[in-house]
Amino acid sequence: MILDDFLMRAALAGLGVAIAAAPLGSFVVWRRMAYFGDATAHAAILGVAVALAFSMSVFVGALVMSLIMATTVSTLSGRGFAMDTLLGVLAHSALAFGLVAVSFLSGVRIDLMAYLFGDILAVSRGDLAVIWGGAALVLGLLAWRWQALLTATLSPDLAYSAGIDPRREQLVLTLALAVVVAVAIKVVGVLLIAAMLIVPAAAARPLATTPERMALIAALIAASSALGGLRASFAMDTPTGPTIVCAAALIFAATTLGSRLWQTRLSPSRH
Amino acid sequence: MRLIETDGVAVRLGGAMVLHDVSLAINKGEIVTIVGPNGSGKSTLLRTIIGAIKPVRGQIRRTPGLRIGYVPQKLHIDPTLPLTVTRFLSLPRRHAPAIVRAALEQAGLPDLRDRQMTDLSGGQLQRVLLARALMENPDLLILDEATQGLDQPGSAAFYRRIEEVRQEMGCAVLMVSHELHVVMSASDRVICLNGHVCCEGRPEIVAQAEEYRAIFGSGTQGALALYRHDHDHGHDHDHPHSHEPAE
Repeated sequence: MILDDFLMRAALAGLGVAIAAAPLGSFVVWRRMAYFGDATAHAAILGVAVALAFSMSVFVGALVMSLIMATTVSTLSGRGFAMDTLLGVLAHSALAFGLVAVSFLSGVRIDLMAYLFGDILAVSRGDLAVIWGGAALVLGLLAWRWQALLTATLSPDLAYSAGIDPRREQLVLTLALAVVVAVAIKVVGVLLIAAMLIVPAAAARPLATTPERMALIAALIAASSALGGLRASFAMDTPTGPTIVCAAALIFAATTLGSRLWQTRLSPSRH
Repeated sequence: MRLIETDGVAVRLGGAMVLHDVSLAINKGEIVTIVGPNGSGKSTLLRTIIGAIKPVRGQIRRTPGLRIGYVPQKLHIDPTLPLTVTRFLSLPRRHAPAIVRAALEQAGLPDLRDRQMTDLSGGQLQRVLLARALMENPDLLILDEATQGLDQPGSAAFYRRIEEVRQEMGCAVLMVSHELHVVMSASDRVICLNGHVCCEGRPEIVAQAEEYRAIFGSGTQGALALYRHDHDHGHDHDHPHSHEPAE
């Protein structure tokens, strides 16, 4: 075998997170929930602190805390709050409280970087099962609710008139988001989870003509970023999570600039 | 046969009571138009009927299995969402490509199949929105100021299409309109709304009603006169009307 076992596990972990995060990330982009993703991801560090304090599974702690944060934000939205400000406050205070909480725990300081930026090379077989289980759950949810989610995203009124409750669809996305955050901690870390949601979807936008194609292309971009980033980080000895996000960002720059140039060439009259 | 019926419906938005004591019914196959001044709750009433707003009082009864086709006033599509016309027509339910193609033919837009929704002109968008609402063979078609932003010939053509649709599909039509002359010539029944139902009935009856004239004036900028030729004599009236929503 050419690859060592831990590299194989890292690659599979990266792929699992990538193909679940990208389609969900498309909805995050379409619904302008970028900050929402940030707040949910940052809340996870608080969950990690709680889990470590009570010797629980870090995955469960992160999942529960992300769910609480995502549900809170979801409930508050559309009630006349200035969402942009509120999300900014929640996202950053969740992170700050999480970091302070972690500092109370002895012996965790060394591990903190692993939770903030991920530790994909330390993924165990058990982690892999959790990641792929979570990814399958998220993909299943999205596939099941796809048409309703899309209608509700396009216009809540169109959804209501067809007998679809947009609040229920929002709940589906909230749940999926919490699961992705919980499984992605090990791979990219709390600080860069939102990037794995948004960057591949944004990179796919210029190449797509339908929502389905955008989600699919985003998944392909995320998967190649995960594999490319892993390889590059191994070659250059850089932290893996950030390298994966850098790879995705480079693809975003390429597709966005590329499509601009292409459009200019097609219609030279317009600039 | 009644398709949908509201019974003493009251709606509160924010702190304000927007609708109160609204009781009305839509029957099979009729074209009903809601008129009323700005802020009279027309769009709110439509959104309540489709289920987007919960009334604080009263009931809404639908015949079981009622299919509603809804054409919103406007549709903002986020530029990050790629959406072709063909794909849009398959929301909320997927349809076979042949059916989508036939719907676009019928809407007079056969060439727009692969066009992005964000690239459509106002008139094209309206026709696509209508085509989508018709995909489900609705029993009741609901249009919220569907001709906003269209020029006169554009909106005239749009209402002719509505009339055709009613004849072909036999669906009832409930619409909100600002264009009184169109209302008068294209509706079976007019409901004049100002927080509550001021008056309703056949267009020529409503046009004579005091409550209606109090809101729109007797001349309605000559538009009515043009179509009915019987309101060209104005009579001012300064008697009081109580149209403030009772709190």
